[in-house]
Amino acid sequence: MTDKPNFLGWTCPRPLQSYPTIVMGHGAGGKMMSDLIKHLFAQAFDNELLAQMGDATALELSPVPRHPSHVAFTTDSYVVSPLFFPGGDIGELAINGTVNDLAMRGAKPLFLSAGFILEEGLPMETLGRIVNSMAAACKEAGVKIATGDTKVVQKGHGDGLYINTSGIGAIPEGVNIAPQNARPGDVVLVSGTLGDHGMAIMSVREGLQFETTIKSDTAPLNSLVEVMISAATDGHGSPSHKSSSRGGLPRPPAIHCLRDATRGGLAAVLNELAEASQVGIEFDEKKVPIRPEVNAACEMLGLDPFYIANEGKLVAILPEKAAEKVLAAMRSQEYGRDAAIIGRVVSEHPGLVTAKTAIGGMRVVDLPAGELLPRIC
Amino acid sequence: MKYLEEYRDADLTRKLLADLRKTITRSPKTPDRGWTLMEVCGGQTHSIMKSGLDQMLPLEINLVHGPGCPVCVTPLELVDKAIALASRPDVIFTSYGDMLRVPGSDRDLFAVKAAGGDVRIIYSPLDALRIAQENPDKTVIFFGIGFETTAPANAMAVVQAKAQGIRNFAMLVSHVTVPAAIRALMESPDVKVDGFLAAGHVCTVMGYWEYEPLAEKYRVPIVVTGFEPVDILHGILECVRLLESSRPEVRNAYARSVTREGNKPAQAIIQRVFETCDRPWRGIGVIPQSGYRLRPEFAFYDAELRFPEIQAIDTKESSLCISGLVLQGIKKPHECPAFGKECTPQTPLGATMVSSEGACAAYYRYGRLPSTSGEGPGVRPDD
Repeated sequence: MTDKPNFLGWTCPRPLQSYPTIVMGHGAGGKMMSDLIKHLFAQAFDNELLAQMGDATALELSPVPRHPSHVAFTTDSYVVSPLFFPGGDIGELAINGTVNDLAMRGAKPLFLSAGFILEEGLPMETLGRIVNSMAAACKEAGVKIATGDTKVVQKGHGDGLYINTSGIGAIPEGVNIAPQNARPGDVVLVSGTLGDHGMAIMSVREGLQFETTIKSDTAPLNSLVEVMISAATDGHGSPSHKSSSRGGLPRPPAIHCLRDATRGGLAAVLNELAEASQVGIEFDEKKVPIRPEVNAACEMLGLDPFYIANEGKLVAILPEKAAEKVLAAMRSQEYGRDAAIIGRVVSEHPGLVTAKTAIGGMRVVDLPAGELLPRIC
Repeated sequence: MKYLEEYRDADLTRKLLADLRKTITRSPKTPDRGWTLMEVCGGQTHSIMKSGLDQMLPLEINLVHGPGCPVCVTPLELVDKAIALASRPDVIFTSYGDMLRVPGSDRDLFAVKAAGGDVRIIYSPLDALRIAQENPDKTVIFFGIGFETTAPANAMAVVQAKAQGIRNFAMLVSHVTVPAAIRALMESPDVKVDGFLAAGHVCTVMGYWEYEPLAEKYRVPIVVTGFEPVDILHGILECVRLLESSRPEVRNAYARSVTREGNKPAQAIIQRVFETCDRPWRGIGVIPQSGYRLRPEFAFYDAELRFPEIQAIDTKESSLCISGLVLQGIKKPHECPAFGKECTPQTPLGATMVSSEGACAAYYRYGRLPSTSGEGPGVRPDD
C-alpha cells in the first residue's frame, strides 16, 4: 500500500459508516467483523502470511539465519491504562514487549499473533491509531503479524481495549541465554536509564498526575541483542561454529543471561536471576543510570527507581572478559547509548541481591512486595 | 539531584563517623552499650536501613526506632472502620497509598477494592475534593491520617470543602502528634532512651519550641534531624555531643528546613480545623491529648459522625505481632519470633511490616544482609 490510511477521524467504510465506535457486531463473526479485519487489521499489518486468511497460518521457519537449533515461543497480555501515554501507546508496547521477550533468549523474533479484546464504545479512531502504531513497531522490529483475533465485550467489561501478542523466534545455534547461567565472577550490565516507563505512566495516572518531561522508553531490543551477541562471540568464532570442532568441549555461551527489566524493574530481574542461578548479585547504586527527572519524581513519591518498570531496557550478565567489548558495542546502538556496568555476580549469599549505597554502606535489594505504594509524607 | 546527593555523600559520611567516634567516651549510665538514641520518625528508620548507615555506626550507638509512622499507629478500630466505609456502594474511599495494604481485623483496603469497592489512591487530600465534585451522587471519604506533617493539608481540604459548599465530602480522621508520644515514652518504665532525634518535617510545620519543656522535664536531649543519611548522622553527632556534656537541651540539626517557631500559617490552619483529643495508638494504647479531631464547627465533615452505623466494630489484633513494643523502641523488629516467618510484607501481621515508614518493613527490605560466617543470610526467613 503506497498511501497509508489516515486514522485520525477514521471510521470503517460501509456498512459501518454510522459507527464511529466499536459495537457488539464487530465481534459477532459476520460482515461487520470481516470488514473491520479487512479494512483495518489486514491493511495495517499487510503481509503474505495474513493474506492466507485461514483458521491458522502456515509458517516457514527457513528465513532464519544460521539454521536454528531451537524455536523461542512467548506470550504476553497488555492492559495498560491509559492507552496513550507520554512516549508511546498500548499498541507499540504490545509489539515491543513480545519482541523483547523473544530477544532475551537470544532469538531472532519472526512472527507475532495479535489478539484484541475491544470494549463496546471504543472510538474507531482510537483503535485505528493503536493498530497503526503496532504496524510501525512491527516494521521497526522486523517482525510480521501472522495471525490474529478480535473479540468485543460489552461496555463496562473492559478498559477500552486489551491486546495479547504471542511471538515465535529462532534461536541461532550456539546461543544459550537463560536465567540459570549466571556464574560468580560475571559482570552485570544495564542497557540504559532505568524507571522511565513506569514513571511516565505514573505521571498521567488518575490521582497522581504530575508535570514532567519523562517519556516511556518502549523500544524493540532485538537488534541491540544481536549486536551484543556478535560482540561477545567475536574473536572466538561465530556462535554457529560447531563447538565440538576444537577439542570436543562445548564452548561456554558468551552471554549468560538477558532479561528485560519490565514489571518490578531492576530489583525484580536481579532477584530472579540470583535465585535461578543460585548466586549472589552485588551492584553499586551510583553506577545505575537514572535520569534526574525520574529520580526527582521517585523521591517525591517515595518510590525506589530500582523497582520501577521499563519497556526498552535489558539487564545482561556475562563473563568479565567480554564485558568492555559488549559495553562498547551496546553504546554504539540507539537503544544502548547509556549502557553501563553496574555490578557483579558473587558466590556469597546465593539468591540474594545487595547494593552498595551512595554513602558506602550495604543493603539488601529485595523483590517488591506487591503494588508500589506512594508514601504518605 | 540538588539538596539530596550532597546529603548522601560518602566522604562527608566518613568524616562525620570519625567525629562521632572521637566524641563518644563511654556512657556512664550503660557502660557496655554506649548511648541509646531513638529516631522518632519511620522515614528516618527507612533512610538508615536503606543507606546501610546502621552497619556503619560505632557499636556504642544503639539506635531504636520510634512510633513516628502514621500508618503503623493508626488504630485497628479505625482501619476496620475505613474498610467498612470503603465497602459501601455509595462511597468513594480515598487514601494515601500506604494505608491500602495495612491489615484490618480480617482484610485490607486492597481486598475491598478487589471485591468491587471504589478505593482510590490519591497524593493530596485536595484531590478528594475534586473527586467529590465529579461524583455528586457518592460520598467521598478521605482517610485523614498522619502527624503534624500532613495535618495542614488535611485541614485545608476541610476548609475548602466548607468554602466551596462541597457537601458529599467527609474525612475519617486519625491525626496524632509527636510531643505527646515523646512524653508517653519518657513516662513509660520500660522505655530506655538517652536521646531523641526529632522528625525534621514535623518540626518544619510546628517548630521545635514545644520540645524545650520536654527536654528540660525529662532531662533528655532532643535534636531536630533530617532524613538523608548525612542529616541523620549530623543529628546523631549533635545528640551524642549533648549527652557527653550532660546537656539535656534541644538542638536544630536540620536548619535548612526548620526554624524554632515553625510555619505559622500551617499551624494556624491546624488550630482552626482541629482540636486536641485523647487518641489510641495501634499497639501502644491511648495516649492522652495525643491526637487531633475535627472541631465542632467542622463536625459535618467527620465521617464517623456522618455514618454513625459503623461506630462499634469488634477488632481482632494478631496475637503474634509485637509492633507495639517495636514502636516504643523496646524491641527491634528481628527480635519478633514472627519476623520473616509468619509476618512478611506479603503477609503482614501488623502495620509496621507494611508502611514505607514501618520499622519491620525497613528491616525486612534492607536489613537481611549475609552473616559474616559465610553460611548465608543473617536474618533471612527460613524459605
